[in-house]
Amino acid sequence: MTARAVSFELNGAPVAALARPLETLQSVLRDQLGMTGTKAGCRQGGCGSCTVRLDGEPVLACLVPVEHVEGHAVTTIEGLGSADALSPVQATFHERFAVQCGFCSPGMITIATALLERNPAPTRAEIAEALAGNVCRCTGIVPIVDAIEAAASRMREREGAPA
Amino acid sequence: MNHAKPFNVIGRAHERRDGRGHVTGTTVYVDDIGFPRMCYLKMVRNPLVHARIRGIDFSEAEQVPGFVTALTARDVPKNVYTILCLIGVEPDDEPVLAEDRVRYRGEQIAAVVAETEAAAAEAAAKVRLDLEELPHVLDVEEALAPGAPVVTHWGTNHFVYEGHHCRRLRYGDAESARERADHVVSGRYQMSPIEHAPVETTGCVAKPEADGRVTVYTNTQAIYFSLDNTALILGLPPHRLHFVGGTVGGGFGGKVDVMVEPIAALAAMRTGRPVKYMYTRPEEMRISSTRSAARIYIRDGVMADGTIVSREVTTYHDAGAYSRHSPYGCTKHAANAAGPYTIPNVSVDVHCVYTNRQPSSAMRGFGVTEASFAVEMQMDRVARELDLDPWELRLHHAYRNGDERPYRKRTEDASLVEAIQAAATLAGVELAPELHAMSSNDRDWGAE
Repeated sequence: MTARAVSFELNGAPVAALARPLETLQSVLRDQLGMTGTKAGCRQGGCGSCTVRLDGEPVLACLVPVEHVEGHAVTTIEGLGSADALSPVQATFHERFAVQCGFCSPGMITIATALLERNPAPTRAEIAEALAGNVCRCTGIVPIVDAIEAAASRMREREGAPA
Repeated sequence: MNHAKPFNVIGRAHERRDGRGHVTGTTVYVDDIGFPRMCYLKMVRNPLVHARIRGIDFSEAEQVPGFVTALTARDVPKNVYTILCLIGVEPDDEPVLAEDRVRYRGEQIAAVVAETEAAAAEAAAKVRLDLEELPHVLDVEEALAPGAPVVTHWGTNHFVYEGHHCRRLRYGDAESARERADHVVSGRYQMSPIEHAPVETTGCVAKPEADGRVTVYTNTQAIYFSLDNTALILGLPPHRLHFVGGTVGGGFGGKVDVMVEPIAALAAMRTGRPVKYMYTRPEEMRISSTRSAARIYIRDGVMADGTIVSREVTTYHDAGAYSRHSPYGCTKHAANAAGPYTIPNVSVDVHCVYTNRQPSSAMRGFGVTEASFAVEMQMDRVARELDLDPWELRLHHAYRNGDERPYRKRTEDASLVEAIQAAATLAGVELAPELHAMSSNDRDWGAE
């Protein structure tokens, strides 16, 4: 079995990686491209900690054969915001203690960001529904839902604010 | 102390030091660490429950491209250990790698090291085991019955506490008090094991250094416990080991056992290369320690007015196949088995029982949580059987400041009465005025 190269866009920049047989997007991101913000909690699609966005849609990187992203755009947590320029969802997770051990946070923040782009004013039930595939074992889901609600209202205020 | 200086922490929101790293995905967890020439370790595990090991054949495994080495019990300098030897607990009982016997499904038998994770997994799967299945016991009371299969190497299925077959606590004379009581209320309570299920699995990376030391990057919750046990197992002075940790992707007590560091460090020393050993999700769920299962019997002597005059507790704590933190958990259980209630006569027997289940160990208040579960179920049962208000029953017996606990410490910081009152308020329960007026600083009832 042979490996071949795949090219795709990662956080806005073109990248190339080696696709060995059975290689997943998760292992390429973590092991070849240094994007370790994409976590590996189960490698069987059960925990959501490897959630990334493929052309804007949230996907579980552990279940995506890397060949499938050839020519597409992938966004990871590293493409969202930095420590001194947090995105609204990152900021409210940080401020509202929606983070304890932090291991599920990149996946949670990624799924929440995708939700708020699709639905700027989700109900708590809609937020909970969006998080159904993401497991948190520490803080509980409530502070996470609170943080996403707070991020939604902060983003709406910014949208509505006069220029 | 300068009292004029205002507090600058209490009452203010402070940013978590590691929060920005967590939300930006830049915090480095152990599985994010890698080095050039790093190898991967996979464990060959017992596919049966209880078995004698007749042989281990690596010949097919060695043919897997990328195979580097394999380790067995003979390679481990001090193979049999017990985690709590550091605080004087004896005897050593658990092998790093199995010797003649495996005592639970999934127990580690041999370590395989290879160039890639896939090669390590393939080679581990190709190790041929010659096992002779032995009878097993999976129930705590069956394990203590005559003729039960023996789990431990010392010949009985219980831990020995200072010469006694169980951890005992005696306060007053519970048996006589029960015989004089108007009612006897008995209950049997049982808890299944609970897995910690951290989203980050247990693991480490061990890296040999040019100066002869080994650096171990680990997600242990107990870094010095892990370091000291690893030093003892490897027969090294502790300064030869440098443990780097502090970032844990969820622990809850499940990452205080010393399951990965000794064998990864040994593999690193053997190969001269960095070695990563991460549990897979199935290993985390099926192999790592759990909170213990427990079967708890409580028998209370209760007077016609609702006063509990005696409580007798017999607990069977399922340690699984090895001690780990169970002997200590049973002692904590004994101290708390009467609950946070002042009862003048208490008798507790806690049996730390070995079975052929995966070992149990530390988890969030282990020993105490099990006691709380059983005691609160029992308080409800007493209330139901004697037609008492369960809030009133608890408030009357709640321990007060000045009360002596069954383990003979005097209470100085009780807040249970106030906590029950607050819980009633939150639950929308209207307490009678005399119950609302109760406080941890006085007792108006139950003194006899």
